[in-house]
Amino acid sequence: MARKVFPDLYYRDIIWLWNYPNHCLLPIIFSMMLNAKIPEGKLEDKWRNYKIHSQLINPANKKKLQVIVIGSGLSGAGAAATLAELGYAVQCFCYQDSARRAHSVAAQGGINAAKNYQHDGDSIWRMFYDTLKGGDFRSREANTYRLAELSAPLIDHFTQQGVPFAREYGGVLINRSFGGVQVQRTFYARGQTGQQLLLAAYSQLYKMVRQKKVTMFPRYEMMDLVIVDGKAKGIIARDLVSGELKRFAADAVVLATGGYARVFRLSTLAIGCNGSAVWKAHKRGALFAAPSFTQIHPTALPQSSAAQSKLTLMSESLRNDGRIWVPKQKDDARLANEIPEVERDYYLERRYPSFGNLAPRDIASRAAKERIDAGFGVGRLKNAVYLDFSRAIANLGQATIQDRYGNLFSMYKKITGIDAYQEPMLISPAAHFSMGGLWVDYELMTTIPGLYAIGECNFSDHGANRLGANSLLQASVDGYFILPNTINNYLAKELPEPSVTVDHPAFQQVESEVGQHITQILAVGGSKTVDFFHRALGKVMWQECAMSRNKTGLEEAIELIKGIRTAFWTDVKVTGRGDELNTELEKALRLADFIELGILMCTDALQREESCGAHFREEFQTADGEALRKDDQYAYVSAWEYDEGEFILHKEPLEFEFVTPAVRSYK
Amino acid sequence: MQLTFRIWRQEQSQPKGDFKNYEVEGVTEDMSFLEALDHLNEMLVLQGERVIAFEYDCREGICGQCGVFINGRAHGPHANVTTCQLHLRSFNDGDTVVVEPWRASAFPIIKDLIVDRSAFDRIIEQGGYISAKTGTAPEANAILIGKETADRAMDAAACIGCGACVATCKNGSAALFTSAKINHLNTLPQGKLEADQRMQDMTRQMELEGFGHCSFTGACEVECPEGISIANIAEMNARYLRARLFG
Repeated sequence: MARKVFPDLYYRDIIWLWNYPNHCLLPIIFSMMLNAKIPEGKLEDKWRNYKIHSQLINPANKKKLQVIVIGSGLSGAGAAATLAELGYAVQCFCYQDSARRAHSVAAQGGINAAKNYQHDGDSIWRMFYDTLKGGDFRSREANTYRLAELSAPLIDHFTQQGVPFAREYGGVLINRSFGGVQVQRTFYARGQTGQQLLLAAYSQLYKMVRQKKVTMFPRYEMMDLVIVDGKAKGIIARDLVSGELKRFAADAVVLATGGYARVFRLSTLAIGCNGSAVWKAHKRGALFAAPSFTQIHPTALPQSSAAQSKLTLMSESLRNDGRIWVPKQKDDARLANEIPEVERDYYLERRYPSFGNLAPRDIASRAAKERIDAGFGVGRLKNAVYLDFSRAIANLGQATIQDRYGNLFSMYKKITGIDAYQEPMLISPAAHFSMGGLWVDYELMTTIPGLYAIGECNFSDHGANRLGANSLLQASVDGYFILPNTINNYLAKELPEPSVTVDHPAFQQVESEVGQHITQILAVGGSKTVDFFHRALGKVMWQECAMSRNKTGLEEAIELIKGIRTAFWTDVKVTGRGDELNTELEKALRLADFIELGILMCTDALQREESCGAHFREEFQTADGEALRKDDQYAYVSAWEYDEGEFILHKEPLEFEFVTPAVRSYK
Repeated sequence: MQLTFRIWRQEQSQPKGDFKNYEVEGVTEDMSFLEALDHLNEMLVLQGERVIAFEYDCREGICGQCGVFINGRAHGPHANVTTCQLHLRSFNDGDTVVVEPWRASAFPIIKDLIVDRSAFDRIIEQGGYISAKTGTAPEANAILIGKETADRAMDAAACIGCGACVATCKNGSAALFTSAKINHLNTLPQGKLEADQRMQDMTRQMELEGFGHCSFTGACEVECPEGISIANIAEMNARYLRARLFG
């Protein structure tokens, strides 16, 4: 009942006041600042202080506690395996045929850690500052510091798990540079770092499956969240092979479902990546933070046809040795190798001399867009720039370049048919990473008690722009080190309560809602395919809510997407049945959520009248075209509440106690 | 360009399926093979027919989820690529392209082109890991590993688990997959302590799953998208012998 009257009761504080004239208690509901639960103390003591004061659960009791983990990527598999090692009973779900397919697998370049193995002045503080600055001072100090602090032990962990990181002849680990930093702190396993880390996490997960501490559910998709008495107590999932809806109860639910940049349709993400789990959680009450902060990666392969389903990423690590340029002359028809050195514009080196080709991603993407829009683009559709290795090959020899990036060059050749040892690669910006996600506190808990969000699907550490090689880091640290040390603080309080079972009426209610949703989509029986609507959505999102945004465009985009939503629900055609393996239905269900998410992303981008990191509002830029941040008005995290199709903004102020936000310059 | 797809259709829970022909027009050379199947599925939806079930995820050759037999070869006409990396420029206008699921007794067909490869997960479950717990790791550089050893482990670790090796093998053997995982871990000092046990448990599971034996034809390494060498199988056999004799 209380939920009905005060739908968002759980993250607002209630103060009871004695009403003197009437002699009764009056509830005063404060729409308080969101409480991020940042521990006391100096920055370097906060995580230690947190752990000292958090509650413990004895091993005999942990066995009685069930945890559901949605997603089996680096954060999900890491969390599921580690929670199982600690003694919890874990159920882990993924939509793919095996946990090893999760899209963490595709991260190529590396993982950052403040080990200072190169003796080049690196430290936890410097990594913290680089990450905070890279995110344009739109993330929390305490979270970002913890990310840097836990990075070094993570490399120890993965080494122990058998990840074949690159080594020197003497046997020690090698590092390379990534964008936005001036030290070498990136560890890598050839061009397959994500795959190797995920395989380590996946094998650890199956180690716990063998010990019967984890039950794995591949080919299952979470359809909705079940809330009992305001707390997350389970899910409704669809068995993708039989189409059957099934109920799963637990004492806590962990979402580890990755990014939602497939809202743009064309992205570097896997085709199955989706925002449905976080969106369903949002509609059930979890606040969604900074939804519009999307990283556009500067080095993907350009779009070559309208039928394209995916933009392949070429690792940022290539910018260590590759130089980015366009011809100085517009519409230059010559082949790249025919254009002499003096007629090439190395625009990143020109505009950002101190960081050059290793400028952060948002800056490199915008600079590419600026050159392409100005008519200097190259390639058949004039939508690309060159990434050139000729100097590196001349200086270091082809063998060295092959050793560093061999698989990337061969992948490039497989897709384009071009030998990049002989001529420059053609690259172009593409939607890549969601800095935004479900709002979480320092414990990684959302605004729904018992619901956690880890890895890319939360918003916490990257601010308005993520630095390269920090996403594998964040996913792993969340899953292996943070969640297993914070979930106990909640579960300890749940222990005395009897666990909810799937017979609870809330499960029946949600299951029937999911069933109706599926029936409704199958019943539309219109005349257009799911992909038709996805292309329409992607086009609007890419034009108005990607690298540069403006008020008029965003307002129009919201109306256009609402039109797409109406058209989808009246004219989509999905063949086949709900009670069978039906890939078309899966796509339709995901798209229905993407459409709604698109509206929220545009709403968020419209409301934030400043430019910061990847969020570039054309109205707010400096004379030389750089982002103009407005700390006096927008130094807060935007956290959106869902309200019957509308969105209500809540603000979590960002207080900078230990650093002073500076103008982010890479010049 | 115009292509005729001859595609294996098999209903769920039916023991058998059949080929069905589909004329596809309006595809272009720079479309990927999977995008052509997307295009065909859109056509089927508009005709009110059920779509062809096929698998994919990353579409950049690393997740290992895609994989079909195309004109009698795993992952299509080229060596060492995944299905998602195949483009229509590899075919000629007017060609008939035959598409089948992986055929192996250990990979039962679920529907159309989708097979069940969970046998691979169960092989990994039997020891394809290092059993140290989270939080117990020593300093990373305390374990020195020479570049050549690290590179050798990496070569084996590159396996993406797509199953092409099994599908292309006349015996349906999973020797390349299993040996790659064993050699990745057994080559590294971190994996040595459990090397013999891992060797025995994983190969036992491989047999229990109904994979055939390796007769060393080398067909697998040709189709392996990561170019995993059959030298891994020889190494596994040597390790197996050692484990049986001294383990």
